[in-house]
Amino acid sequence: MSESVSEQDGAPDGAHDGAPEQAGPGAPSRRAVLGWGGAGLALGAAAAGGTAIALGSGPDMVSAAAAGAAVPFHGEHQAGIASAVQDRLHFAAFDVKTKDRGELIQLLKDWTEAARLMTAGQPVGEGGYGGLPEAPPDDTGEALGLKASRLTLTIGFGPGLFAKGRFGLEGKRPGALIDLELFPGDNLDPARSGGDLCVQACADDPQVAVHAIRQLARIGFGKTAVRWSQLGFGKTSSTTPDEQTPRNMMGFKDGTRNISGTDKAALDKHVWVGAGDGSDWLTGGSYLVARRIRMNIETWDRTPLGEQEDIFGRDKGEGAPVGKSKERDEPFLKAMKPEAHVRLAHPDTNDGATILRRGYSFTDGTDGLGRLDAGLFFLAYQRDVRTGFVPIQRRLAKSDVLNEYIQHVGSAVFAVPPGVRDKDDWWGRALFA
Amino acid sequence: MRPARLTVVTAAAVVAALTAVTGCSEKSDASGDGTIKVAASDSACEVSTKEFPAGKVTIEVENKGSKVTELYVLFPDDRIVTERENIGPGTKATITAELKAGDYEIACKPGMKGDGIRQAVKATGAGTVEKRSPEADAAVAAYRKYVQEQADETIPKAQAFADAVKAGDVEAAKKAYAPSRIGWERTEPVAESFGDIDPKVDVREDGLEPNQEWTGWHKLEKSLFADNKIDDADKKLAETLMADLAVWQKKVGQAEITPTSMANGAKELLDEVATGKVTGEEERYSHTDLVDFKANVEGAEKAYELLKPVTSKTDPALTAELDKQFAALNNLLEKYRPNKAAYEFTSYDKVGEPERKELSDGVNALAEPLSKLAAAVAK
Repeated sequence: MSESVSEQDGAPDGAHDGAPEQAGPGAPSRRAVLGWGGAGLALGAAAAGGTAIALGSGPDMVSAAAAGAAVPFHGEHQAGIASAVQDRLHFAAFDVKTKDRGELIQLLKDWTEAARLMTAGQPVGEGGYGGLPEAPPDDTGEALGLKASRLTLTIGFGPGLFAKGRFGLEGKRPGALIDLELFPGDNLDPARSGGDLCVQACADDPQVAVHAIRQLARIGFGKTAVRWSQLGFGKTSSTTPDEQTPRNMMGFKDGTRNISGTDKAALDKHVWVGAGDGSDWLTGGSYLVARRIRMNIETWDRTPLGEQEDIFGRDKGEGAPVGKSKERDEPFLKAMKPEAHVRLAHPDTNDGATILRRGYSFTDGTDGLGRLDAGLFFLAYQRDVRTGFVPIQRRLAKSDVLNEYIQHVGSAVFAVPPGVRDKDDWWGRALFA
Repeated sequence: MRPARLTVVTAAAVVAALTAVTGCSEKSDASGDGTIKVAASDSACEVSTKEFPAGKVTIEVENKGSKVTELYVLFPDDRIVTERENIGPGTKATITAELKAGDYEIACKPGMKGDGIRQAVKATGAGTVEKRSPEADAAVAAYRKYVQEQADETIPKAQAFADAVKAGDVEAAKKAYAPSRIGWERTEPVAESFGDIDPKVDVREDGLEPNQEWTGWHKLEKSLFADNKIDDADKKLAETLMADLAVWQKKVGQAEITPTSMANGAKELLDEVATGKVTGEEERYSHTDLVDFKANVEGAEKAYELLKPVTSKTDPALTAELDKQFAALNNLLEKYRPNKAAYEFTSYDKVGEPERKELSDGVNALAEPLSKLAAAVAK
């Protein structure tokens, strides 16, 4: 959970460009939509379009109070990056099995269509029931009757997709989509690393997030296969700094100084790929680094409070930086121990390197030794991995005292294309153009 | 194998039974005594009338030949309306049936073998049996034949296995084990539709119900491959296995089979692969899972190929996808078949995790579109 630090931010106090916005017309429940049939579909489309206009190019911030609402799917950027962080995660990395470029394109179109429906709270295809009794329904049905729950689906393209002789994309691999180096202390499991494609599903209802990945996996069979996936249950950083800061599994507040989803200037500077950055198809997109960071929960829990606070550089109760009294007080780095996590991760220590974190806690039961298999599923979005995640992680991997209590066991990096503009657009269209 | 599973084939049988019952309720307009007389001999099957009123029908059969015979009333797709076995030379039997209006066949089977000597007959009057396309009927009839052939071909192979066990020859029995199961694995959904046979011949130790005696292939598999021995109980089990398989061979041709049950049966064969073979659970002692795997895929492919004349019209995109995925999975399996001339595959304990994942991905790639075959058939 190294980079989960509260210091990853360039814009401390919120000169927010816009207030959090509602998803517009209340999200119809899936059941209601089903009942309306075609009318429901039309309404969903209209609602999404209308909201997108209302928001302009701004990020789709739906306040947590509106849990259950639908986050617009269409927009300049993909939802699920700057969007207010939802409570639950299902993240999946896929291997592409087909060798046929046309088939891959069709899959991305099919996925886009399914994502468009599911983020609007609707089942995929012909729905979950009412069809032929001899055939399985198109939608598996476990999300019927549940609200959209702010579901966002965000796709990313891994380095393998650009391999020579595969889909003719080798010339389009962005320079910033690097193969991550092996950092000191990494103990990466290949079965939890990499992937040609990824989909991040975030929602306030875990069933909605799990349902979404399950449908996409099903649609993908034969073209893709799930390589690995991760469930997350508690956001460990937020993009809404005005709300209460969540805590990670070590009990510390996380994401105090994360980039706000409404801070357009910071997003443009640190998160969105700009027009002159080198890969035109990725303009408006971002880069995602995903790391499964296992925590040695039991030894951490036996660590004295003073030591815990020294390791982070903040106090445990309030989250205030060393020597300060309030969580959001400007940290004085030199007051912290030289190897304190927050100090090492801070942009000032890393030539201003700043990333947007969207990680989640995970607990996959216990391991064979009875230890909690828990930690942080770290997700960071940035404009360039080389100037974002890499320098920060190099420093942390080398010196962070927290390393005694954590281990990076999974790793992946993806180029995240820009948003789907309208109903005729699809995930990755510019890449395959 | 999956104990106590209501397969689609079973469900279809229930539906067919209900149909027969509703047939009963239709008022019979049979005139006179309505009796049909059948004169059976070793070379003929003479029916007194080729056309009779729908409703309750009585058939009197007299075996004038020298062989024991059987009499069947069949639907056009070879499903059995009613039958009577063991009609000895010189004896008579009376059979009754409820027949809706429609086409049927009456078959005598001298020697109780083969397809029998057949006569087309027609029940007339109100109401008709729902017409299926000739392609669909042909597919069902051919699949029924396939299922019977698989059973017939299995018996001698199973006998060789049983004989080796009874002779106490561990090595010979090990060698004969996997081949003895191929026909069964190719047609398992149909076999499972007879709920009493599958738990006797194909149950695994963890599938046993309390107080259920463990019999069948897998008990012998454990003795041979885990314990490396054959005891007297095993020899007795080999005989029990043959007796149970004989029941299967006799019954299997009578299974209720419909085009959609064939399609879903094909999917179920892939389910078998996905849940039991790809995990290595099915053949945990012998590690011959890939032999079963191949047989399951072959059985599914057979059903699919027979249905293709129907589905290539209703959903050509699906058949194209299925052709591709069957070929892909078969190609993948070939990697584990060192001698292309033999039906032998790599021992599954030698197949690593990444390769198992690849096989699992291949199964998913085929099984997902295969689950749409029934809808294409029903269109």
